[in-house]
Parts: sequence; C-alpha cells; structure tokens
Amino acid sequence: MAWYGRLKTRKDAFLIEIGELSFFTFRFFKDLFKYPFEFKELARQCYILGNRSLVLVCITGFIIGLVLTLQTRPTLMEFGAVSWMPSMVSISIVREIGPIITALVCAGRIGSGIGAELGSMRVTEQIDAMEVSGTNPFKYLVVTRVLAITLMLPLLVIIGDAVALFGSFIVENTKGNVSFTLYFNQVFDAIEFGDLMPATIKTFFFGLAIGLVGCYKGYYCKKGTAGVGAAANSAVVVASLLLFVIDFIAVFITDIFFDL
Amino acid sequence: MIPKTHITQKDIVLQIKDLQKSFGDNHVLNGFNLTLYQGENLVIMGKSGSGKSVMIKCLVGLMEADSGSISVMHKDITKLNQSALDILRADIGFLFQGSALYDSMTVRENLEFPLRRHSKRFNKNTTTDTLVIEALQSVGLESAIDLMPSELSGGMKKRVAIARTLILKPKIILYDEPTSGLDPITAKEIILLMKKLQKQYGTSSLIITHDVDCARVISDRMLLLIDGKDYAVGTFLELSKNEDPKIKAFFKN
Ligand SMILES: Nc1ncnc2c1ncn2[C@@H]1O[C@H](COP(=O)(O)OP(=O)(O)OP(=O)(O)O)[C@@H](O)[C@H]1O
Ligand SMILES: [Mg+2]
Repeated sequence: MAWYGRLKTRKDAFLIEIGELSFFTFRFFKDLFKYPFEFKELARQCYILGNRSLVLVCITGFIIGLVLTLQTRPTLMEFGAVSWMPSMVSISIVREIGPIITALVCAGRIGSGIGAELGSMRVTEQIDAMEVSGTNPFKYLVVTRVLAITLMLPLLVIIGDAVALFGSFIVENTKGNVSFTLYFNQVFDAIEFGDLMPATIKTFFFGLAIGLVGCYKGYYCKKGTAGVGAAANSAVVVASLLLFVIDFIAVFITDIFFDL
Repeated sequence: MIPKTHITQKDIVLQIKDLQKSFGDNHVLNGFNLTLYQGENLVIMGKSGSGKSVMIKCLVGLMEADSGSISVMHKDITKLNQSALDILRADIGFLFQGSALYDSMTVRENLEFPLRRHSKRFNKNTTTDTLVIEALQSVGLESAIDLMPSELSGGMKKRVAIARTLILKPKIILYDEPTSGLDPITAKEIILLMKKLQKQYGTSSLIITHDVDCARVISDRMLLLIDGKDYAVGTFLELSKNEDPKIKAFFKN
C-alpha cells in the first residue's frame, strides 16, 4: 500500500502547511499594530508593486473587455437585445471578471516576485542579518509587503475594470455606433451599490491572500537556489487556488446579504 | 592560556556551557563549552560542517539551542524577551560567512541599516554620513559608497560587510570566516584591521577561520571544535606543538 503512505504524507504536509499559513497570518495581524511602523518602506513597496503590475493589468483588462463584448454580441443580437450590452458587460466585469483576472495577474506578477525576493534574502542570510541588526524582519519585509498589496490591489482592480469597459466600448462603438456618453450612461445606470461594494471588499481579501502566501513561501524558503525557485512557483500556485476559494466564499456571502 | 588565578567573573564577556544542537539525527553540537574574556581574540577552528556557524548563530539567538546555557555579558540570551535581545544585539557585531549584504540597497544604505534602530548610541553631533564614511574608510572602500552589492567583487563584499559590522562599535564581534575568499594581501589588511579594533576599542572577538596564518597572527587563544565538542583550548603555540593526531591535522601544511 505504498500509494496510501504517499497519500498520507501528502495529506499531512498539506495540513501542516495550512496550520503554518494560519499562524503566519496571525503573526501578520499581531505585528501590524506594533511599533515601529515602517511607513517609508510601505510607501516604497506600494509604488514598486503598483508600478510592476499596472501595465500588465491594463493590457489584460483591455483585451478581456474587447473579447467579452465580441463573443457575446452574436448571442445578444439573436435575441434582439444588443442594447443591453453595456449593462451586461459592466456587471460581469465589475462583479467578477475584473477582480479575478486582475488578482490572477497580480498573483503571477507580484506573488512570485515576493516569493523569490524573500526566498533569496532568506537563503543568503539577509533576513538573519536584519534580525541581528535590531530590525524586526517580519515587520520590515512581510508586514509592509502584505499591506502594500492589500491596499494596491483594489486600486488596480478599479483601473482594470475601467480599461476593460473602455475595451468593450470600442467594440460597441465600431460595430454598433454607440457613442461614448450613451455607453457609459448605460454602464453607470446598470452598476449598483450591491455590485460595487462586495466586489471591492473581495479584492482586499484577494490582495491579502496574494501577499500572505507570497511572503510565507519566501520567508520559510528552503536552502539553496532550488528552494528560491520552488518558493516563487508555489507562491503563484497556492495563491491562485486560494483566490478562487475566497471568490466562492465571497459570492456566497454576497448572495445572502445583497440578495442578488 | 590566561592563568586561572587572574580571572574574575567580571572579565568574562561570553560563556557557553554544555551546548547541544541537533538537526534530526544530525547531532551537530554535543556538549560544547566556550569562554571569551574581555579584550581577547579567540580563534575557533574546525572542519567544514563541524557546526561553527551553527554555534555562533545560537550565540546571537538566530538559532535555538536544544539545551545548554549561553550568557552574553552576564545575560542569559535564551531567557531575554525580544526588545532586551535587540538591545543586547547592538553590542554584538556579526559578520556572516556569506557577507549577507542587502542586495536591493546601495552600500551606503547597507551601512545605514543598523543605525536605524540604534542611533541613540551616538551623540547628536555625529551624523549618519560621517559614521558611514568612517566605517568605509576603515576597510578602504570609500569609493564604493554608491555602488550596489551586485557591482562588488567577493572580497569587496566581505569588506563592506565588515564595515557594516563595525559601524555600531560593538563590544563583541563574531567573525564567521572573515578572510575566506580574499587575496593574501587583503586578508592581511583585514587581520590587521581586526587587531587594530581590538586595541582601539578593547573589543573581544570570536573569529572562525580555516586560515592557519590568520590564526597565528591574531589569536590570543584558540579553540578546536571537533566532534561537536570543545576538543582542545590553548594558545597557538601550545596547540601547534600538541601530538594528538586530530589536533596535528589542523597545523600541518
Ligand atoms: N538550518 C539547518 N537545517 C539543518 N541542518 C543544518 C542547518 N544549518 C546547518 N545544518 C547542519 O549543521 C552542520 C554544521 O553546519 P555549519 O554551517 O555550522 O558548519 P560550519 O562548521 O560552519 O562549516 P563551514 O566551515 O563549511 O562553514 C552541517 O552538517 C549542516 O548540514
Ligand atoms: Mg560556516
């Protein structure tokens, strides 16, 4: 029964990882409110993380908006409902597609970056060096990065949403001769508080998940360069998976409270 | 060895008693003892993988020992809370074996980093800038102040790391292989620098090295780490004349 043994150790490793990640999260919240606050480093991280993913978020957003509109157009045409296009596209982008696509892009770009950066700092003993020089490396490296991405992701999602809607508008404009004002009037008519609010709250949790997983993987990186690669890689895999789990829970809760 | 009668409790700055540390089945340290007296240079030699780095990491609380007591300036570091440990650590300089420079920062920022938390150690008239330049001058690298670590050679990295260790003017300095990877001339300079510091500030140092020449020049006493124990302690002369084959192996060229 070798497969059973393998399964068991895998299950154990999985459960241990969940435990460690929970502990890591707990430590994050504990250190978050502890003096000294590393504001300068936080601002620097916000700039770096935002800057690193802005272009990518815009490109993917634009293409998603474009493609989504192109793909749904024939179906709506069949029902004679093309005029519903702006409301339909905007709701699906704001509620779901914008947040999840942006978060996935950021998990790939930022999550792996953090995992590799902290991983190599661990391997080359830079984290130990910080510790002996009296700076709490968890506060200086982990708290700032997790906080930075938690704050920046909602912003990036809003930008991504806007660009995606613009992409959708371009299709409508060329294919259906819809003017800019008309299109966005319809968009803002369609979007309600119940669409925007849960979607924005959700993205904070997305950011938190990406940051925590990336930092956790890097901070406890195994020795050697292979360890750094593995840290970066599994940061992306675990974060992406976690995003969908959070998304599912978020939609579930929204369904109860906002009565979709 | 310093004659026993002259040693009072006050002269001891660092003491390890019966230190044990294992990684799974790998028993690295097995009842290790060490005493460092005020103002002396104690050289530690041992084979690669014998646990020298593990031992000094336990000393500053980077690794947790399985058992045994470690006291630094009469404080048991295993019983200190985080803030007390941070204050104590400011008095201990630690030179990492692999330099451990922060590679996202310039040389200047690397040197400024330890000052972030411990600026109170200096009077108000000394600016960070003067401290940084002074430290770099002592290792002869003022010109590298605005370079990134990736632009430095291995030996230059080591010297910058030494400057970073010295900048807080620690009372105890732990050097993990300060001269490895350096050419003989620079190695000699570093050794002289270490000696100068000891004279100037009365620092006490633990020096881990494989370099017998370095050991001869700098050591007041030597300790051989073999089989996870403090196998032999004595002056360079005493140990180099010892007939024990395990000890002899370190000195034959
Ligand atoms: N974090 C760790 N996890 C598991 N084993 C470790 C760890 N750190 C060190 N070891 C083991 O402890 C032993 C001693 O390692 P250490 O780095 O102290 O050697 P060293 O005496 O400094 O050698 P060198 O002269 O090559 O630097 C080695 O067998 C190593 O495999
Ligand atoms: Mg070592």
